[in-house]
Amino acid sequence: MNFEYSRTQIDLINTLTSTLKKFDDDYWLKCDVEGNFPEVFFKAMAKGGWLGVALPEEYGGSHLGIVDTAIMMMNIAKKGGMTAASSIHMNIFGPSSLVKYASERQKKEWLPQIISGKTKMCFAVTEPDSGLDTSRIKTKATKSGNHYVINGRKIWTSAAQVAKKIMILTRTSPRKNDNPTEGLSLFFTDFDKKKIETKIIEKMGRHAVDSNLLFIDDFNVPINHLIGEEGKGFKYILDSLNPERILVAAEAIGIAENALDRAVSYAKERKVFNIPIGKNQSIQHPLATGWAQLEAAKLMMFKAANLYDSNLSCGLEANAAKYLAAEVGMEICKHAVATHGGMGYAKEYHVERLFREMMIPYLAPVSQQLILCYIAERALGLAKSY
Amino acid sequence: MKILVAVKRVIDYNVKIRINSERTAVETNNVKMSMNPFDEIAVEEAVRLKESGKVDEILVVSIGQRKVQETMRTAFAMGADRGIHISYEGETEPLMVAKILKKIVDNENIDLVIMGKQAIDDDSNQTGQMLAGILSWPQGTFISKLEVVDKNASVTREIDGGLETLKLNLPCVITTDLRLNEPRYASLPNIMKAKRKEIVEMSMAELGVEYTNRLKIIKVEEPPTRSEGRKLEDVTELINILRDEVGVL
Repeated sequence: MNFEYSRTQIDLINTLTSTLKKFDDDYWLKCDVEGNFPEVFFKAMAKGGWLGVALPEEYGGSHLGIVDTAIMMMNIAKKGGMTAASSIHMNIFGPSSLVKYASERQKKEWLPQIISGKTKMCFAVTEPDSGLDTSRIKTKATKSGNHYVINGRKIWTSAAQVAKKIMILTRTSPRKNDNPTEGLSLFFTDFDKKKIETKIIEKMGRHAVDSNLLFIDDFNVPINHLIGEEGKGFKYILDSLNPERILVAAEAIGIAENALDRAVSYAKERKVFNIPIGKNQSIQHPLATGWAQLEAAKLMMFKAANLYDSNLSCGLEANAAKYLAAEVGMEICKHAVATHGGMGYAKEYHVERLFREMMIPYLAPVSQQLILCYIAERALGLAKSY
Repeated sequence: MKILVAVKRVIDYNVKIRINSERTAVETNNVKMSMNPFDEIAVEEAVRLKESGKVDEILVVSIGQRKVQETMRTAFAMGADRGIHISYEGETEPLMVAKILKKIVDNENIDLVIMGKQAIDDDSNQTGQMLAGILSWPQGTFISKLEVVDKNASVTREIDGGLETLKLNLPCVITTDLRLNEPRYASLPNIMKAKRKEIVEMSMAELGVEYTNRLKIIKVEEPPTRSEGRKLEDVTELINILRDEVGVL
């Protein structure tokens, strides 16, 4: 067991930190207040080669594992919160199904564009009537000659306003009760704004990265934009679910570290009744508890990432990491706001923004409750409850 | 054209320097180390020349313990091509470094040496000048601008009272000042590629350089702490003090 960062990881962190220095607190605050996509940051990440962190070298990537990718996303969230992380999240983890299942020709055409940042992509899975129960999606793709015609509704598609490409999961044959996940197909294609109407969902936080409802009507997709085989789409995205949970955990941990650092600095500076408030145990203990629990969540996250990189099963650990990170993250953000007192509610102290953003890893990509159901079933052998 | 860049691993410029308990040296254990900032500027300048198509290869040289290879990898990630690591456990001194570099310049047919004007650990500011001396090459020191055209280098130096422009014949030695350029951040793919670039490790003896240290550090001490100032009421009081107490008026 080794808990030290490797030389490469230290280089990675140092270089990333230098790049991130250019984007200060005011930058992220402004993005959130104005609801503008952090385009300059996205370009800097593309220029530094960070978008290709986990993608193969032959397409311009760096072929690092999930441990290294998690270190990267954690440090990005620590600086720019969910605004920063979400702006690149999909380009980082989304193409993993392409790497594994797309044809050589498709990969040659698409991956270099994603890595260089020329193409932003979005991912459309969830629908208004089916969230976690993916097998019940209704968006249909019907084959007609040399193309498919897609019709349906998608919800919570992030970055659809800025994306040029869409990865979309559809039904190509009816749902069967004995094999419900069969018959789903995955496409990667151009985001045609004429055939896909987007509607921004007004939401609680992370205003800079849009979330959308998609109305897809008679959207023609060429046959050669189908990934892998027809009907096997669920399997293709399943592989990327654990890495996504690990990365969301890493992002939650980064946001929590950001909030904790701010709370600690404020507690040292702010004087009430002539002493810094950080001298009071009532201020110290919640922050100290947060630190201890956050370190524990980080260990679980790295364990999950390490299992994944070693090709071992990591479902329980990946889910537990996202659960622990979101729980402690919410607690830390709450106490970070509380430590700031009334000023914690003011935007200029940044903790209220982090508090709002922390709701995202709490709710997505899977609820805390469903994780507990899964752990009860898979780790403890209790009856399946859902 | 082939460029040699010398890089030194020094205590990071952000670290507060402490002296060891025996007062014989600066404490380097468990201290963050980085590439000497002036050397980083030298690497950047070499890489820019390479990008402009004027240079075929950038050779990086560093002297010291095994860990200097980390510093060399930083130079690789910025764009340098390969390295020679002269393994040495003791204290380096300017003439020793100059002699080592001369030998490598001769072996490798170097056309241009770019190095930091000084290292921020001992601030000697001697190696570049000594190297030019023993090579009998022209030197451009403390430069803030460099242009290479054919067999000439035009350099701008920051001197008291203005800027001085010199034209040198290649081969020559250049030492960099702060305002020459702003070093880049390495990209992630380049950090990964840097791991695969070649470093040849050899001792001074294997290189064919004999040197016995001529300098001995006798004592290292903290600078005296500055005594407390005081606030004066007005200019009259200041003038009185300057005349009566300090005696400068």
